[in-house]
Amino acid sequence: MSLLEVKNLTISFGGLRAVDDFHVEIQKGQLYGLIGPNGAGKTTFFNLLTGVYKPDEGIIKLEERDITGLKTIDINKAGIARTFQNIRLFKELTVLDNVKVGLHNHYHYSTLEGIFRLPKYHRVEKEMDERAMELLKVFELDKEADYLASNLPYGKQRKLEIARALATQPKLLLLDEPAAGMNPNETGELMDTIRFVRDKFDMTILLIEHDMKLVSGICEELTVLNFGRILTQGKTGVVLNDPQVITAYLGE
Amino acid sequence: MKKIKMTKTAKNNLITYLMVFLAYVAVQILLTTGNISSLMKGLLVPLCIYVMLAVSLNLTVGILGELSLGHAGFMCVGAFASAFFSKCMDGMMPDGLRFLFALLIGAAAAGVFGILIGIPVLRLKGDYLAIVTLAFGEIIKNLVNVLYIGKDKNGFHFSMKDSISLHLEEDGQVIVNGAQGITGTPHDATFTIGIILVFISLLVILNLINSRDGRAIMSIRDNRIAAESIGINITKYKLMAFSISAAIAGAAGTLYAHNLSTLTALPKNFGYNMSIMILVFVVLGGIGNIRGSIIAAIVLTLLPELLRGLSDYRMLIYAVVLIAMMLFNWSPKAVEWKETLKEKYFPKRLSEEKEVK
Repeated sequence: MSLLEVKNLTISFGGLRAVDDFHVEIQKGQLYGLIGPNGAGKTTFFNLLTGVYKPDEGIIKLEERDITGLKTIDINKAGIARTFQNIRLFKELTVLDNVKVGLHNHYHYSTLEGIFRLPKYHRVEKEMDERAMELLKVFELDKEADYLASNLPYGKQRKLEIARALATQPKLLLLDEPAAGMNPNETGELMDTIRFVRDKFDMTILLIEHDMKLVSGICEELTVLNFGRILTQGKTGVVLNDPQVITAYLGE
Repeated sequence: MKKIKMTKTAKNNLITYLMVFLAYVAVQILLTTGNISSLMKGLLVPLCIYVMLAVSLNLTVGILGELSLGHAGFMCVGAFASAFFSKCMDGMMPDGLRFLFALLIGAAAAGVFGILIGIPVLRLKGDYLAIVTLAFGEIIKNLVNVLYIGKDKNGFHFSMKDSISLHLEEDGQVIVNGAQGITGTPHDATFTIGIILVFISLLVILNLINSRDGRAIMSIRDNRIAAESIGINITKYKLMAFSISAAIAGAAGTLYAHNLSTLTALPKNFGYNMSIMILVFVVLGGIGNIRGSIIAAIVLTLLPELLRGLSDYRMLIYAVVLIAMMLFNWSPKAVEWKETLKEKYFPKRLSEEKEVK
């Protein structure tokens, strides 16, 4: 059984078919890459998956459950979490609180319990703190827990975004250009982190990336998009040597 | 590290509570020794009202991050709902209990209005939201001005025309008399009650901010798209912040109504001038800074009174002070200057802070 199954997915903006007849199947535990030149429709596909856009046609199934056209928050509850190409952290909140917002739907107490500081508030907050610190430790962010998110260096902001997404306990993690703006050292570190997340959390990861070193280093399978259509799909080694792909990236 | 952070927020909140408490003690001492003018005495309850309004508006503007210019409207709803209740129930139950109920009714009515107005309005953002809330505030004020409610042995009568069309029986009594408002509301508000309400407002807002719901509200302020992507219900938390803010404004309105014998909805008390004045408190005190709102509300309420001796130049100086405060608080040069001063005089504290960070 595949974790994510997308069939025949299409969306148009005006006359432009941003994603055209897209299909993909991702198995549980896979590290899957989505590549393609700028404007190929990669981020649009992420936005379709997470309910930011509603597809004109097609079906998205997560563990056999049809999640096509659900609202963003319901899709997150169903088990898809994402990061953003341009980092979107809660800048005025601390690093710890950023992760705690991610835990929001898994730890409950009522508004009144919060306002009147009833015992349940203290208990649940403590559990949240512990869980959030655990996650931060995984990403070596625990020392910066009290920093405002906006004060973190760039690479750590990327990590925090991943930590926040993982806090929602997703089944599928979408990473939108996680290595954008990173130097080779940071990219190398990021590759380790991504592999580590997959193993430690038993996570399925779908990522968009331009950095071929990262893609060829960690992705097991790839889909190449060009002008909204699938150019080719398959094992990483095969796909990257496909003349069509080379043409799409480098020109004739 | 985590522990330091916890105590830091808690310490900050404690300072705020202490500040209010000390102000209360100081005023009480002045009152008992008789060192306070009757003018200042008359300002004590309004001060509490303004502090409550400023603090509650800061929840919408600073914590939720949405600009609302209809805050006086919610105060108006709270004032009239509670005054109506008090007028009907006067003499039918003990005064203390009646005021408590009036307070709950005032806050609840304003909260409900907050939800009703919030549902359509909170879809808008920024300037558009400000304009629409401004309009709603004015609508509430004007509706109250044409509202006539009377009571006789047959029950309540409503009219939007005039008091004659209520068709009251002979024993009837007009409670809400259009533009003349409600007269004869019992005078229950005291400075002590005002301070207690300020404390409760602070408790509700500060504890809300540092809870699960508060984090959700602030996450929407910081990045709505990201908040949605991690499963935060945007509408729910926007409405929550907006209606709690409205309910506290309603409580402030209750205090206002029970501090005057005649309650009328005028541009002066419930119009947009008032809304903007509250916003001025919030902006000058620091958006999102609850303690700043309290200080700004107190300073800017007292200032015109203290400057009364200057008669005609009073508002001129008030405006100059506003501009000076704004520059001092926000201009980059002033912020820089404050930082260097801090470093010069509190070098140790600064390094400590850095460590904490």
